[in-house]
Order: sequence, then structure tokens, then C-alpha cells
Amino acid sequence: MNTYDLVIVGGGPAGLAAAASAKDHGIDSILIIERDKELGGILNQCIHNGFGLHTFKEELTGPEYASRFIDMVLDRGIEYKLNTMVMDISADKKVTAMNREDGMFEVQAKAVILAMGCRERSRGALNIPGYRPAGIYSAGTAQRLVNMEGYMPGKEVVILGSGDIGLIMARRMTLEGAKVKVVAELMPYSGGLKRNIVQCLNDFDIPLKLSHTVVDIEGKNRVEAVTIAEVGSDRKPIPGTEERYTCDTLLLSCGLIPENELSKSAGVALNPVTSGPVVNDSLETNIDGIFACGNVLHVHDLVDYVSQEASAAGKNAANYIKNGKEKDAKIVEILPVDGVRYTVPKYIRPTEMDDTLTVRFRVGAVYKNCAIATYFDDQLISKRKRPVMAPGEMEQVILDKKKLGEYPDLSKITIKIEEA
Amino acid sequence: MYDVAIIGAGVVGSAIARELSKYQVNACVIEREEDVCNGTSKANSAIIHGGFDATPGTLKAKLNVRGNFLMDELARDLDIPFKRNGSLVVCTKDQDRSGLEKLLEKGTSNGVPGLRIIEREELIAMEPNLSDDVTCALFAPTGGIVCPFHMTMAFAENACTNGVKFFLNTQVDTIEKNGDSYRISTLHTDTKNKETFEAKVVINAAGVYADVFNNMVSENKLHITARKGEYCLLDKDAGTHVSHTIFQLPSKMGKGVLVTPTVHGNLLVGPTAVDVDDKEAVNTTASGLDSLAATAARSVKNVPMRQVITSFAGLRAHEDSDDFVIGEVKDAKGFINAAGIESPGLSSAPAIAEMVTDIVKGLLPLEKNPDFVGTRKGILRLDTLSLEERNKLIKEHPEYGNIICRCEMITEGEIMDAIHRPLGARSLDGVKRRTRAGMGRCQAGFCSPRTMEILEREVPMSIFDITKNGVGSNIVVGYNKEV
Repeated sequence: MNTYDLVIVGGGPAGLAAAASAKDHGIDSILIIERDKELGGILNQCIHNGFGLHTFKEELTGPEYASRFIDMVLDRGIEYKLNTMVMDISADKKVTAMNREDGMFEVQAKAVILAMGCRERSRGALNIPGYRPAGIYSAGTAQRLVNMEGYMPGKEVVILGSGDIGLIMARRMTLEGAKVKVVAELMPYSGGLKRNIVQCLNDFDIPLKLSHTVVDIEGKNRVEAVTIAEVGSDRKPIPGTEERYTCDTLLLSCGLIPENELSKSAGVALNPVTSGPVVNDSLETNIDGIFACGNVLHVHDLVDYVSQEASAAGKNAANYIKNGKEKDAKIVEILPVDGVRYTVPKYIRPTEMDDTLTVRFRVGAVYKNCAIATYFDDQLISKRKRPVMAPGEMEQVILDKKKLGEYPDLSKITIKIEEA
Repeated sequence: MYDVAIIGAGVVGSAIARELSKYQVNACVIEREEDVCNGTSKANSAIIHGGFDATPGTLKAKLNVRGNFLMDELARDLDIPFKRNGSLVVCTKDQDRSGLEKLLEKGTSNGVPGLRIIEREELIAMEPNLSDDVTCALFAPTGGIVCPFHMTMAFAENACTNGVKFFLNTQVDTIEKNGDSYRISTLHTDTKNKETFEAKVVINAAGVYADVFNNMVSENKLHITARKGEYCLLDKDAGTHVSHTIFQLPSKMGKGVLVTPTVHGNLLVGPTAVDVDDKEAVNTTASGLDSLAATAARSVKNVPMRQVITSFAGLRAHEDSDDFVIGEVKDAKGFINAAGIESPGLSSAPAIAEMVTDIVKGLLPLEKNPDFVGTRKGILRLDTLSLEERNKLIKEHPEYGNIICRCEMITEGEIMDAIHRPLGARSLDGVKRRTRAGMGRCQAGFCSPRTMEILEREVPMSIFDITKNGVGSNIVVGYNKEV
């Protein structure tokens, strides 16, 4: 059996940044396993610009952003396998994978970084009633068909869900010659970034109908029409509000689900809110030496944050491989309450963490003129005003190690939304 | 001139075709859809019933028990995924247990082996997730779960291998008596070509449309109502929530729904039962899907409905007489009905095939087919191979090392096999039903473009002709900027 210090599952933005960072922190024996035929992950089909503003201070397309990280991996001579599917990860960090050339094989790792990304919620999971004809695609599948293969999935389009991929695809389908009739969003707010609403819908006069959902799909062979209706505060359709749109295509952009089937097989504990692993300040899961970063951990809005998070995971995995783990470190839980749905990480070790630690989270509703408050036990430590917070935009709190050091008896940290 | 023309390539038509292919007979199957197993056979409970439910003396009773008995041998010979997981009909606190005793009596009279009533204590040990209201249950150890796609395809492929001709995308428009034979006029649903088939014997296995064809040749009119059943299929994570098939004792609340593992390890909840006028109305409804959770909860607690990965509806062919209608039509010699095949139709199909073949023997001189091949291998199930066997296979056929469907872990090799075997797949759903690629939790979001590439290369066919499920269900409509 081959052995590596570090095996990284997934060669998308998270896996690439983690690999480069681990190498820079002194780990030479690294293997990236990627199931697709090239590195870069989903960025390869994201041909629009807007990537990298934080990381590179310039606007890049998805493939350009990916290529910068691919170059880092190539420059560092990091080993990778393409067209290779990881079939299983065990708790003792044995990774079973398969490809055409090697068949089924095992590698033993000292540490593993999970960087498998996420998948889209399907029509079936949404349980939308109606027929099951051709013409219903997740936004990402349509994006692949259009951007990678050059094929149009349809001519007249209704989009359910205002996730970022749906918004981007509303613009893309329009630019490629289709008519996008409406974007319906179940929630009273958009699931995507404000800038995407402006640039992809408003600029193209595509209506966004908040608090609306699809209640029927017609068409026995190919989609012929979609009926949308307004929903009440209970998110149930309001009878009498139905509107029928003739169309041949329904795109779904109704949320992303971290892809943690492999994590589960290794015994990694998941947070039911994020569907991603529960991690500590070093992004380590409950299984020693298995780390997670990127969209497999929690779904991000911006790839820049994925890269930052993954770099941290790479560094932390390197430290783990070199120094092992401090077993007796004190652990403090971060409690998300009052509008804060979750935090990543969920646990911190005040003695082990970096000098500063970015805690990321999402809010559960739209908040205007409110503040993010952080408490160490019952004591208010910081309060930061935010004019608008929405579930579609990730928020953060930065914890300071020195400050934490002033509270040796700290039992819990609470992050909540308060009136400003 | 065909000896026998079978209308419909569902499980019944396919089973009959396979049974007939044991004899030297020039037979064909005419199917409107682009693939076999595309009507009621693809959207049902996927159960091989024990046979305790039907009224003693009916065809349903007789053929269900016989069909169930035949399944072990068929599953072995034709490589059909089948498991006798046992069925439980549960009785709740508010119900009279005499209902169970009546079922037990019926079942015993029908010849169902091993039936017994089990009390709560033993029951909960068998099925810890039964509802707290369940008091006792009828246990039928011979009840089983099957893959209805593979069962139908196994019959059809084996019939095809043994010389039966299949005409897909071929819609029967009219059937006329023409002397001693029948003239069947058809329309090709894709090319719109008209073709006429002549056959001495016609077997009507047309599902919800069987009344239409019967009524073309007979004054003994049939009337088939499409009875819609809606289902939810849950993720494999939920597949062990129960291990037996859990039926509900019918009550004034209705017939109830079943909760069962599928033979592939998912959990299935359904069906509803609503009569519909439209024989094509395979749409699901908000009210139907919403009702399933509450009804299922009467027998099984905490069914994780959040883990639904897809929902679907099928149409049962309910004939007014409430029994299967099988036999030569009195005023139309040589025209044999296999009509009104609703539940337990899947379970009964092997026995219906025997019965219909016996009727054909009375009409035509049937000699044994000396070249009959009675066995068929399904698509290789890689998880049954050892590591060494798997690696040997990948060395010889590297496509078995390339995962295409990551949810169900289906390789390019399996998809190529699905395309190249007899009556091979030509659509995404055809690939899906044969291999399970696209049947997992992402519901083909990831693998569709990859499966399309394989179809394009292997069939070969234009990407623009690739459909989800036959004529008119094309996946892509043109190149960018050209639509």
C-alpha cells in the first residue's frame, strides 16, 4: 500500500489551496485525488467574472481563478491523480480509490483533508408535484451543458430558486439566446448575492418573484408550462395566486448540499444545520487528523473565502503531521443563537488557535440595522453594526487569541444578532 | 405473418414473450414507448406479494401465489434482484384484529405458506420503528421485494435472445380481424411511418389501454380505469428504517400505504389511490404527496420524509370486474386478453405468462424450441466482486474503473453494457433503469452530461437526438446562440 503524509480528497479550489499551503508548511508527501478529468473543480464551468477580488485584487473568471491555484500546485510539484474516484475513507485514514489505470487501490495517509465540495438540491428532494418530463435541470447541470459542452438545454426558461448559480444562469441563458421569463424564490429574500441580483436579473429585466414557488409542471415529454404561486408565511402556496408560464425549461437553484457521504463512512460527525462536518479552530473533524474545508464543510458565497479556509486547513494538517495533536487542550464551544444559524468552527481551543481566528456563519433571516454581538460567557466582548444581513451573504466574527487569554475560565462563546 | 403479436412490453407482455420463446414460434412485441418497462411496470410498489389479499378463487389469488412461487427460480435464471424480506400487515389499536384473522383465512385458502399473526412484543423485535399504536400483524414470510425494471428487462432481453422481435416506438392504432388472422396497423412515434403487422394470435397486454384494444375486436366490452398511485422514494440512508414490507390493515380511513425497503436499499412510501380520467396522467400532486407522510405514520413512526430523493406516480389498470381478465375473447378467436392487470400484477406476471402460453397452445401447434436459452446475465454488479476480481476486470476493461454516477457508484463499463445488450438503452432513463446511474440522491444532476457523451459515442447517436425517455423528451435543443 502506498503511503502519503497527506491525502486531499478533491482537486477543486479547496483542495488546491489546501495542498499548496500544506506544502508551504513543510509537507512534501501529498496526494490530491480528483474525480474529474482536470483540476479546478466546479470553477471550470463558472466562466463569468467576479472571482478573486479579495485574494488577487482583480476580477477573474472561474477558470482563471482556478488556474492560479493549479499553477501553485504544479509549481510545487504536488502529486495528483485525475479521473480517480475515492470510494471510501476509513477512520484510520486509509483511502480507497479507483480509476481506469490503477484499478481499485488503497493509500494510507497520516492526515486527510476533505475537500469534496457540494451538490445541488434536486427536483425530487424539493418534492415539486407535476409531470417528470425532460427540461428540468439543476442550474449547475445547465451551466455545464452550456459553458463546457456548448449546448442549450432550452429556449424558454423559468428558474426556481435565487441561489447564485441560478442567477448566473439566468444571465448566461439570456446571453446565449434563451428567454428567461421569471425567477421564483420561495423565501421572502434572495438566496444569492446582492450583486448577482443586480448584474444578472435587474440588468436584463428578468423579474424576481419572492415568496413564490412552483406548484405544477406540465408536459409529458418535454416541459410545456410551469405554474408558480405565491406562498404565505408558512411557505405554503396561497390558492388563487397561481400564474402559468409556458416554457420548455425549468432550472432549479434551490440550495447546495455538502457532499459528505465519504465523511460519514469515516465516522465524521456532521452538523445538521450545515450538513458539513463539525470542526474545531484547526478545521479538524471529530476524527483525529481528518480536516475539512470549502463547500464540503459549509456552503460559501465567495471562492476567496474557500481559498482562505483551505489554506488554513492545509497549514493545520501540516502541523498535525509534524507535531501530532495536543490532546489536553481546553475546548470552548461557540453557541449560535438569536438569528445565527451555525458557526464554523463550532469549537475552539484558546491555547492552540492562531493569533486571530475567523468564525464564519449565516443568519436565518434578513436583518436591517442590527449588530453582531459576541459574548464570552455572559460578558459582551464585541458588537459590530451591520446595516443589512441576509441568509445569502456569509457573516464573520474575528476572535483574538490574546483577548481569549484574558478569560482562562471561559466556558462558552455566544454569537448572536442584537438590535444595534 | 407472425404467429403471435403481443401488444405491450411491460412486465406482462415481456413475461409472455419469454414464456412463448420456449417454443418454436414467430412472435413479436409491439410497444408504443421507446423502451420496455415504460408504463405501469416502471411505477409501482416493486413488491412480490405473498398472495393473502385477493379473494379466494379469483385469478388474482391463483396467479399471485403461483407467480410468487416461481420467483426464486426466475431470479436465479434471469439474474433478477429479488429478496424475500417478508411482509407484515399491521393492525393498530383503533382497528379490529378480526380483519387480520380474515386475511389469514383468505391467505391460507389461497395457499400462501407460513402465514401467522404476530403480537406486538415479537413484532417490535422484528421492526423497532413500527408505530406505537401497532398491536399485532399478519406475517407473510414469502412476501418479497424486486426490481421491477430488471424483472421486465430480464424477460424482454431473454425473449429477444430467443428470437422474439421487439418493435419499440410503435403505437397500435387499429386492430382488425382479417380472415383467420388479425391486421394490426401501427404508427412509428418518431418517424411517423405506418406499418401493418399480420398475426394469427394477438395478445393484449396493453396495461391501461387494454380495454381500448379489446373493444376494437369484441362486443364484450371492457372498461379500465386508470387508478393513480403516488409514491415517495427516500435516500439509501433511510433504507434500513424498516426491513420488512409494512402494509396497513384496510380501514374506514382507506387502504393505507406501504412502507418498504427496496431491493436496492432505498425506502419507498406509497401509493395513494385516486381514479383519473386521463390514461397518461402520471403527474404527482401536492395533495397526494402531502398525504403520504401522515398515512405512513399510522404504521411506521419517524419515517424521515426529509430524505425524499424523488417522487413519482403510476397508473394501475383497474377493470370494472375487479379481477384480472385473462383468456381468449369469446367473439374474437385468437385474440387473448391479459387485461386489468393491476396489483398484484407484477407478482403474478410469471404465472400470467404460463396461463396465456397454455391458451396459445390450444390455438397454435407449439413445438419446443430446441435452441432455447433459459438463462440471462444482468449487468455486472461490481459490489459483488472481490478486490482481485474487480481489478482483473478493470485491467481487461478499463471502463469499469471509471465512475460516472457518483451517488450509486456506477461505472462507464456498466453503462456501455446497458447500451450494447439486447434491447439496449437509448435514453437517459433507459440507462438509469438498467444501471441505476442517475437514480441516486443527486437525481442525475452530475452524471447526465457524462451519460449523454457515452450514448453519443457508443450507440452512436447525435447529442440532439438523446432523450430523457423517448420521442419529444430531448435533453438539449441546439448549440449556444442558435436556439
